[in-house]
Amino acid sequence: MAIEYMGLNNIQGPLVVLEGVDDAFYEEMVTVTLDSGEKRIGRVTEIAGDKAVIQVFEGTSDLSLTNTKTKFNGEPMRLPLSKEMLGRTLDGVGRPIDGLGDYFADEIRDVNGLPINPVSREYPNNFIQTGISSIDCLMTLIRGQKLPIFSGDGMPHDELAVQIARQAKVADADDVSGDKFAIVFAAMGVKHDVANYFKRSFEESGVLGKVVMFLNLSNDPVVERIITPRCALTAAEYLAFKHNMHVLVILTDMTSYAEALREVSSSKGEIPSRKGFPGYLYSDLASLYERAGIIKDSQGSVTQVPILTMPNDDITHPIPDLTGYITEGQITLGRDLHLKGVYPPVAILPSLSRLMKDGIGEGFTREDHQDLANQLFASYSKVEDAKSLASVIGEDELSDMDKKYIAFGKAFDDKFLRQGKDENRSIEETLNLGWELLKMLPKSELDRVDDKILAKYYKGE
Amino acid sequence: MAIANGTIFGIYGPVVKVKGSDAFEMQEMVYVGGEELIGEVIGVTENETIVQVYEETTGLKKGEPVRGTGGPLAITLAPGILSNIFDGIERPLKDIRALSGAYVTRGLKVSNLDESKEWDVNIKAAQGDYVHGGDIIATVRETSLIEHRVMVPPDISGRIEWAAESGKYKITDVIAKVYADDEIKDITIAQKWAIKKARPYTERQPISRPLVTGQRVIDAFFPLAKGGAAAIPGGFGTGKTMTQHQLAKWCDADIIVYIGCGERGNEMTQVLQEFSELIDPKSQRPLLDRTVLIANTSNMPVAAREASIYTGVTLAEYYRDMGYDVALMADSTSRWAEALREISGRLEEMPAEEGFPAYLASRLSQFYERAGYVTNLNGTEGSVSIIGAVSPQGGDFSEPVTQNTKRFIRCFWALDKPLAYARHYPAIHWLTSYSEYLDELAKWYGENVAPDFMQKRERLMAILQEESSLMEIVKLIGADVLPDGQKATLEAARVIRVGFLQQNAFHADDTYVPLEKQNKMMDVILLFDKRIRECAEKGVVLSKVAESGIADDIIRVKYTIGNENIDAPFEALKDKINETFDRIIG
Repeated sequence: MAIEYMGLNNIQGPLVVLEGVDDAFYEEMVTVTLDSGEKRIGRVTEIAGDKAVIQVFEGTSDLSLTNTKTKFNGEPMRLPLSKEMLGRTLDGVGRPIDGLGDYFADEIRDVNGLPINPVSREYPNNFIQTGISSIDCLMTLIRGQKLPIFSGDGMPHDELAVQIARQAKVADADDVSGDKFAIVFAAMGVKHDVANYFKRSFEESGVLGKVVMFLNLSNDPVVERIITPRCALTAAEYLAFKHNMHVLVILTDMTSYAEALREVSSSKGEIPSRKGFPGYLYSDLASLYERAGIIKDSQGSVTQVPILTMPNDDITHPIPDLTGYITEGQITLGRDLHLKGVYPPVAILPSLSRLMKDGIGEGFTREDHQDLANQLFASYSKVEDAKSLASVIGEDELSDMDKKYIAFGKAFDDKFLRQGKDENRSIEETLNLGWELLKMLPKSELDRVDDKILAKYYKGE
Repeated sequence: MAIANGTIFGIYGPVVKVKGSDAFEMQEMVYVGGEELIGEVIGVTENETIVQVYEETTGLKKGEPVRGTGGPLAITLAPGILSNIFDGIERPLKDIRALSGAYVTRGLKVSNLDESKEWDVNIKAAQGDYVHGGDIIATVRETSLIEHRVMVPPDISGRIEWAAESGKYKITDVIAKVYADDEIKDITIAQKWAIKKARPYTERQPISRPLVTGQRVIDAFFPLAKGGAAAIPGGFGTGKTMTQHQLAKWCDADIIVYIGCGERGNEMTQVLQEFSELIDPKSQRPLLDRTVLIANTSNMPVAAREASIYTGVTLAEYYRDMGYDVALMADSTSRWAEALREISGRLEEMPAEEGFPAYLASRLSQFYERAGYVTNLNGTEGSVSIIGAVSPQGGDFSEPVTQNTKRFIRCFWALDKPLAYARHYPAIHWLTSYSEYLDELAKWYGENVAPDFMQKRERLMAILQEESSLMEIVKLIGADVLPDGQKATLEAARVIRVGFLQQNAFHADDTYVPLEKQNKMMDVILLFDKRIRECAEKGVVLSKVAESGIADDIIRVKYTIGNENIDAPFEALKDKINETFDRIIG
């Protein structure tokens, strides 16, 4: 149906209001054509009687109440999908911007997705070796997991994400040719440099042909940013569940996404909750993160590594806070480690992987993995206690045991956490390294390890 | 009664405004739009009716019809509930999967329970019997663990005019006819009940029995009573869900209702999978046979999240009415409160604290007050215990949901982030948690576990309290300068924390510890405390105690001594402790 509405009744930030509309439906897509011939797309976000409130993705600049024609497209936001998307670069709403033209669509899907029935889910328990000791040993990534990186401005989260993407691919034993592996990369409000860094890194490691990039850069329209991750996840679901691929989705930066949501919400005049974010921020983030997983009747998987920069390094800020409640753990980067020059600066105590317990141990990694991880966490937390005591009374005054902990902490940072950006450690190496470090502590301090494991692996006195 | 019919006028996310009829009732269930999405009336004004929709509203149009049903949202109560998994409005997810595949689509028509399955029904009632609401007229073996007792609906009482023979019946079949209120009423196995209305009982009983969980910090330090209400607040990663799972697995309730309210999809999958594999130690049957799961994952529609809590508690009350002890786990009530906030925000209601509606407290109290130990209408006794997880924003317990919840529960298990970071699990902090049920349960512990159980608990708590004040000094000047008496306290407190409070959920024996063993563990720890204090008094160098390794022997008791035949090994350990100290003191 091709009724075009002339003009608009109201323009407010990224929103326009059109009156006298009878047939619009909720979340329908619209095309707004300017007198100049420029076309913009938008989405119905509210219907009140004959009034439709429309979000214009490319922004409302140059729009006036009289210079537009608006057409309702009769369908929700949909994305054409094809295996040919691999290797392509698309804009924030899924239009190719690499100059290679359109690809042939095999299927068209609503980008909003649908909730996965918990009964249809396969519980993830397949260990992904990232080659990074801190992650593999202490917050193991599992295929089908959503494990965000909590970072801050100026920290090397991008490098870490690239290293995970590169090394996770290499470690996949049953996929030697790499045919079943794909990366979906969604940039939301990131700088050009960052997007280029990812592209170059994918190129260097020879996986660019396996990557679909969705780019909404920092100078692209804000409203578009709300659609970008949805497009990316729709593509990921398609590749994973239709073509049985193992898809790693990198979403960066979730903070820009949430801020875009706040901007739109406030221009709609909605009642804000914490820090001005809308009350539905939790539900909205969940509608993205919950799209990770494995479903029965398909061999593929969607693993998410969202990156978010915590404003002011504050983990209690609504964005990391709500994210942490939805995702299955988090990799937290620590400013102090970064300043000390430790790469990757993973702060292990506030980091966690909820799914690791079912994907490690005998038959997955090694029988001692869980106990070793528990012990390293426990011992490292004692290092922190000893450090804070040392900062008051000085290191010399510490008891012998506390001094041992301080030494253990230093060795842990230097040998276990620190590794090269290309260094790819096997899980075996990582676990042995952990036991090597525990040798620095007396046996009586190792209260998290089962006696049998202790007897077999502990080599200290 | 006229059925209301209206048309959609406005759409605001999960909220729809309807015009064209003033016959809608508050809380009436309605069908919205051509796809007949399920909704509920939440506001009626002269001009318009406000409806919250339990399914995604994408694609709804102005002018689509909205049809009333004449009654509130009600769920079906009958055999087939246990070992099943439902969404927030009791639609079976397995059937939804059969209809719509891996994803939950909209406007699906499924019946709440399997109406074609024939159950072996054992009819108890006979013609001529006079029955009241709640009376048990038939039994069905619902699962290997649970006998389902078919009851007369609470609002019917009268003489049985006709009763069916025992045999195979479907849940919709009439099994009796009752002459009541001057008419003959058909009684089917299934009955309907509106989820927002508490099911009636004869009277509340005083609290007297604990809900035994096998978790030491709970059973020994902060016990929950059968019929009580508890809250588990904690920031993300502190182990709320893990604790809820442990309780669902091991607590001694007959029935478990587990509500995943706005939480992760994988967690529900995990419960489903794990509970069908886990075997109940008492009956050797899968734990799923006594469990019902309600899953409204975080990406499912927000209005159904609000309903899921009520659906769960209604199911719990139904089994309570049969005379069972039911434990209900709600993970997480904060998501439910956020659903209220989201709907309230869409209605542009005046917000109270942090955007939450002003009626948050009254809704919370309505929910928690449905817990209780009661005498049922049929004379049996049953209980509903509620354990609600709370996810405070930023891990800050001063936020509205935690604060308001605290007013309506009597058992508070505060999860602590530093403990969780140190991987001390369960991360229930002994100084900030409390249980108001201690006095009421003291008698039971005295009679069933050990006469001096509560005194021992108090002694352990006192040591921990003392440790906490000593730690203030230690943080400033180190432990070395403390006098020996205080060093002894620190050592005893360490043994309590690591040996008793810390519990390994992944260890075959330590995951569930019977009260008897908990009691004996307290005994050996207190013996250690007594002897190390003696050392301090006699001026023996305390490092000798550390060198002897006796503290580690006590800490490792959780692994070295199993859960059965524990008397001899504990006596041997006591002897060893005494011998070691005798030797040190000389």
